[in-house]
Amino acid sequence: MELTAGSRWKSAVSETEVVVVRPVAGDHTLGCGGAVMVPAGTDAPGDEIDPNLAGPTLLGKRYEDEASGLEVLCSKGGEGTLTFDGSALVLKSAKPLPSSD
Amino acid sequence: MPADHRDEHLMNLELLLTMAASFDESRLALTGADGRSLTTGQLLAAAGGAGALLRHEGGARVVYLGPNGLPFAVALFGSVAARLPFVPLNYRLADTQLGAIVTHDELAVASTEQAERLGRLGARSVIDAADLVDDAVDTQPWLGAPPVDPDDVALLLHTSGTTAAPKAAVLRHRHLAAYVIGTVEFGSAGPEEAALLSVPPYHIAGVMNLLSNLYMGRRVVYLDAFDPRRWLELVRQQSITHAMVVPTMLARIVAVLGDVPAETPSLRTISYGGANMPASVIDKALHLFPHVAFANAYGLTETSSTVAVLGPEDHRLALTSDDPVVQARLGSVGRPLPGVEIEIRDDQGRPCAAGVSGDIYVRGEQVAGEYVGTGGASESWFATRDRGHVDEGGYVFVEGRADDTIIRGGENIAPAEIEEVLLTHGEVADCAVVGIEDLEWGQRIAAAVVLVPGAASAPEDIRSFARERLRGSKTPDLVVVVDELPYTDTGKLLRKVVRHQLSRSTV
Repeated sequence: MELTAGSRWKSAVSETEVVVVRPVAGDHTLGCGGAVMVPAGTDAPGDEIDPNLAGPTLLGKRYEDEASGLEVLCSKGGEGTLTFDGSALVLKSAKPLPSSD
Repeated sequence: MPADHRDEHLMNLELLLTMAASFDESRLALTGADGRSLTTGQLLAAAGGAGALLRHEGGARVVYLGPNGLPFAVALFGSVAARLPFVPLNYRLADTQLGAIVTHDELAVASTEQAERLGRLGARSVIDAADLVDDAVDTQPWLGAPPVDPDDVALLLHTSGTTAAPKAAVLRHRHLAAYVIGTVEFGSAGPEEAALLSVPPYHIAGVMNLLSNLYMGRRVVYLDAFDPRRWLELVRQQSITHAMVVPTMLARIVAVLGDVPAETPSLRTISYGGANMPASVIDKALHLFPHVAFANAYGLTETSSTVAVLGPEDHRLALTSDDPVVQARLGSVGRPLPGVEIEIRDDQGRPCAAGVSGDIYVRGEQVAGEYVGTGGASESWFATRDRGHVDEGGYVFVEGRADDTIIRGGENIAPAEIEEVLLTHGEVADCAVVGIEDLEWGQRIAAAVVLVPGAASAPEDIRSFARERLRGSKTPDLVVVVDELPYTDTGKLLRKVVRHQLSRSTV
């Protein structure tokens, strides 16, 4: 799959949805709960979740793969750990920032 | 993969609203001036309905000429849902200025008073702002809407034009979304949090404040026409926790309080920005709001608002430190936001060393720097046309607009430096320093000064006061006492008006 900026992906095993906010070039695999994610808006196959990758993905959190630079934003929370080419994405730590709003 | 390889945060405003509603659809998102509130779920539904209404009217852009409140938020997100740029305008624009903007391509959302005007100026159709929210809630969303392209224009904002003719800044979805997701922690606000918004809807801060608060889950309470007593009343009544003001608003709040500390137990932070804050005002505010944290934000329309912030901790350190460098930072705008770079350049375009004044350049994903008719910025760095310097700790000091710099006998003089000195005079309440034409020096320094009530200082006393503290070449050649200074309603000093008045007073 091509993880272009702004592309939206849906989990095949849960309600989880993500948006790619920092893309990587080339053909890669974005997974959730052990199953390959599908384009948002298409029907989810309803695969079984891998119990080793069952950790929740949280709405509004950003997840990244540091090695490649891929970053996704969770636009709909749900079960399943996010993976990039098989390795788990990590929660991007929020930078403490004084609110100006 | 398409040709688009930009390494950018790409999202759009529709997604921000959808996420806020899925976080907690029953949480209050907005409270209008009339006390009516909408939940995030209701706002999402209203946006969809408004989108269908606007789409039905045709047109290429949505002009907004209505009050600050629920109709503004519904019109903004309705425009997003209709896939049309949103163009909030200042109702104070003269017919000629408004007429230059409004064509048959514009459909408008406007208050009843402005609707007739817009119709006369040729707007395609006008929806009454007072009916928009109810009508939108009753309307089915536009089902055939294509996905939002992050490159679509979300917002056209006419800059205040204090130094030149107003121009329309172009802000695309990706700029605004980059600011929000890059600086705001999603859903981080507690359900009790509420932000008081008194900045006009046609100001970038009015738009970004709404987006940021919605994304973090904090209710926005609107004050339509700013009044300091009403502001204090609303803070108490609505248990406001956060508020954003422009300097003139804070000055008026401080003036109303006098010496009596504000009793606003719910209030946690006040952020200010949009124009230069006189040290005397922030100093008084810090004492009158002893339990409130202050943040100073620096930003421009073209940069999707804030690019640098002086946070509460910086304020506290500046007040308690013995180090003059740290103390001076109370007059700075703090450090750049994550993802934003700020560079000071000399007149050859070379980077300046710490402490050296030059032109302020900004770079980052939220920085648009594009205007209608001129295309995007030619390089990734945006020239703010502000003058300033950065200290050794990375704190940014803004010295004013480049166009306001006074050139006297070949020497560049920032008006702010002289204004700061004049404001330390006990009888000076406000002042403006400008350059006026002079045959010998090119420009002479002239100061318009507003005295505190009951004061009797003569212009010559104020000149002497300045001369004791500034070099001779920076002492105002002319001091004129005036009743008041001209400001825009977002607190920007209209220097060209002052310059015009002072030039006349010398002949």
